[in-house]
Amino acid sequence: MKTEFKSGKAGKRGDKIRSDCYLEIKLTKSGGIKISVQSKVGSLYGKSINELIFDMCKFFEIKNANIYLEDYGALPFTIAARFEAAYKSICPDDPREYLLPMNKNNFYKTEKDNLRRSRLYLPGNEPKYFPNAGLHKPDAIIFDLEDSVPPEEKIAARYLVRNALRAVDFYGAERMVRINQLPMGLDDLYFVVPHNVHVILIPKCESAMNVKDVEEEINIIKAQQNIFDTIYLMPIIESALGVIKAYEIATASDLVCALTIGLEDYTADIGVERTIEGKESFYARSAIINSAKAAGIQAIDSVFSDVNDMEGLRQSVLEAKALGFEGKGCIHPRQIKIVHEAFAPTQNEIEKAKKIILAFEEAKKQGTGVITIGSKMIDAPVVKRAQRIIELAIKNGLLEDGWMKNEKLSL
Amino acid sequence: MKLIKNAANRLVPSEVNGQKQIPFQGIGKYKPDGRKASPPIKSCIDYPSNGNKVVKNLKDALKKCGIKDGMTISTHHHLRDGDTLTNYLFDVIHSLGIKNIRWFPSASFPIHEHLIQYLEDGTIHHIEGSMNGPLGKFVSEGKMKGIGVLRSHGGRYQAIQDGEVHIDIAVIAAPTADPFGNANGVYGKSACGGLGFALADSQYADKVIVVTDNLVPFPCIPWQILGNNVDYVVEVESLGDPSKIVSGTTEITKSPDRLLIAEYIAEFMDAAGIMKEGFSFQAGAGGTSLAFIPFLKEKMKSRGVKARFVRGGSTKYLVELLEEGLTDYILDGQTFDLEGVRSMRENPNHIMTSPFVSYNYHGKGNIASMVDAAILGATEVDINFNANVVTHSDGYLLHGIGGWQNCLFSKCTILAVPSFRDRIPIIVDEVTTLCGPGELIDVIITERGIAINPKRKDLINAVKKSSLPIRSIKDIQKEVYEICGGKPQKPKLNKNKVVAIVKWVDGTVLDSIYKVEN
Repeated sequence: MKTEFKSGKAGKRGDKIRSDCYLEIKLTKSGGIKISVQSKVGSLYGKSINELIFDMCKFFEIKNANIYLEDYGALPFTIAARFEAAYKSICPDDPREYLLPMNKNNFYKTEKDNLRRSRLYLPGNEPKYFPNAGLHKPDAIIFDLEDSVPPEEKIAARYLVRNALRAVDFYGAERMVRINQLPMGLDDLYFVVPHNVHVILIPKCESAMNVKDVEEEINIIKAQQNIFDTIYLMPIIESALGVIKAYEIATASDLVCALTIGLEDYTADIGVERTIEGKESFYARSAIINSAKAAGIQAIDSVFSDVNDMEGLRQSVLEAKALGFEGKGCIHPRQIKIVHEAFAPTQNEIEKAKKIILAFEEAKKQGTGVITIGSKMIDAPVVKRAQRIIELAIKNGLLEDGWMKNEKLSL
Repeated sequence: MKLIKNAANRLVPSEVNGQKQIPFQGIGKYKPDGRKASPPIKSCIDYPSNGNKVVKNLKDALKKCGIKDGMTISTHHHLRDGDTLTNYLFDVIHSLGIKNIRWFPSASFPIHEHLIQYLEDGTIHHIEGSMNGPLGKFVSEGKMKGIGVLRSHGGRYQAIQDGEVHIDIAVIAAPTADPFGNANGVYGKSACGGLGFALADSQYADKVIVVTDNLVPFPCIPWQILGNNVDYVVEVESLGDPSKIVSGTTEITKSPDRLLIAEYIAEFMDAAGIMKEGFSFQAGAGGTSLAFIPFLKEKMKSRGVKARFVRGGSTKYLVELLEEGLTDYILDGQTFDLEGVRSMRENPNHIMTSPFVSYNYHGKGNIASMVDAAILGATEVDINFNANVVTHSDGYLLHGIGGWQNCLFSKCTILAVPSFRDRIPIIVDEVTTLCGPGELIDVIITERGIAINPKRKDLINAVKKSSLPIRSIKDIQKEVYEICGGKPQKPKLNKNKVVAIVKWVDGTVLDSIYKVEN
């Protein structure tokens, strides 16, 4: 027998829930829209909550429904995401999307060789972490739709991430999304590509084909929606096979901006424990660095999982830096500062870089193509590396922005 | 009830529970004259010459004190959320059939939810002191018979001293005491640290009962409370739950956003030149106002700077500063963890203070105004830097004032607050309840930026060159409104029904708290 009333639900409930909500929609035959709201912030935003729900009913042309909301101080982007997830669980074929206005601060772009020392993971189903993520000044934030989201929340997380990409300000951090393993990940793209995502992370990447599949799907979406911004790709190597194919993956597309490694899965794949010393992954990490450098892109390290061990983290980053990695994943905001400090250039590196930059400037002024320090010729890649060191030094407060002016005066 | 507008533009009653009130007149504007209240003269003739004042139980002691309807009974919050004694005290008072007591605690805690039945049946007429959690909710819903009176710790001393509140019977919980009534809080299974909050009561109450679960032979040393002020001593099996009296160890918040604020506080104190040789500061017990200490400590170490004294709310973090030689003294208002208790017991430079020395505004000065920086919390701050610490934006009374108002007199008062909690903006157009006038509040530090009171041009200049995110308060507010989905509605309050008043440190009435309508 066919059920008379269709119903859908989404979100979280319980004493410990914060900045989230639980929403149920029960479609009815008659009686109009009936809303029942229990909200922690009812006396402050009750009206606004009701208006949002009515507006969404209107948008999706829901005429008769009982809607129940249990609200633990969810921000509007979260309520809207929960509503849409609940509704789409009843009407999965409705193609309409209730898109919040794009935050005026969210139109910034990125570059292929953007600084990527730190990327802060945000589980896609935990909206409470979103609004303040950018305040901790990671180089990038990364919404995770993959491993940190339980299977039953995967679909709902897409709406949250989409709404957050539009409504939440990340204060200039590069905007990344880790999609699910293919093919599910290809569907994820529809929820993020149109909303100024900068980099897509492709998990468990094992072939150039994986990269090309993602690129192709992105191109389809871009063509459909008239999007012209470049979206870069960062494959994550998480298996023995992936390591073998690292160079093929790194060169699969011009859009690949970095290679990174997932050590939890990699160590599982080769059948060993992950240790702090990391001897077991030394080969894989080196292989990835080498492939990335051969392809002219960045090599980014895995995450450091013990959020309480700040000294261990620092050592781990220093080691990563020494091996050739340029960035590290962060699973807690407190890790960001340590990561930046550890990736910061040493005084010796800064002094060398300053000399190179000054020689470069001098050569430019002289109009000669040849840069020399003493009798030594300097190549373009060396200049580029020096520029990156200076940039890092300034970002870490080790060098003043106008250093060159002072330097020249002292000459 | 007749409400009049005070100097802060807030409507306040001219009479509360039958007592005439003076409306707030501005900071430093009201100066009373006359003489202090005085306790009755006693004679040794009436007390046992062998010094043994022990009576068989609390009921007996209360009867001997002549307990009757309408009296004022005071208690203290040294035992914090482990205080089963106060609950037991009112069980006894109830069993005696006494009605209409004015309960005058130095603070209340969630454990005192037990007393709601006595507020309902008329045993307690009203509370003068903090009304936290469940009691606050009860009061906010207009269910208390009388009107609540909220005072700061300093204001409580002032009210007793000035004769605004006459205490008939003070009941002092003492983790250690002798039969003469000397008492301290540093020994015994219920050790809680200092007993400073009970000082005024021991001096001014008509009758003083000391209740202990660790009776030692005379002399009880140190004697934080003097037996010469005590009428009766009662021995009980237990004062309360030790695990809730002090925490084993105080843990610093793990919230990255709060830690970010804490980091800004330390950076601000450094950049503004507050953190210099011989400086002083006051820290809190929880959240951000505790979390900044380790950050500040690192900076003190790296610059080779030492504090002359620190004030707390002592915890292991202040104790570490003392033991590592980064401060000469801890001047301790109350002790929050076992490390604090141990240090007070062992270290002569860890000093118990009372609200008289720290906070009393009607004295010949106090410590609060000598402190270089006080780091405090708030439930709301408005765009004129006025702050609220007792009600939430929904109008509910949920917290006491504590020493908060008194600390505003520090040389640099810093409120460390998140810019919003869940969906509740903390920076508002106008505070729901005014507890601290903006002219005393210098800096608001949030995770989204730091707002400096435009009056403090010196501070603005001092931090100009730092990399700190200095913003105007309105700018932060605007951003938060955008995040939260616009300006919040006003809660529905019954402006004809005052359920409690907020006193200023000088005893005048600063604001009214109204019944919340559902």
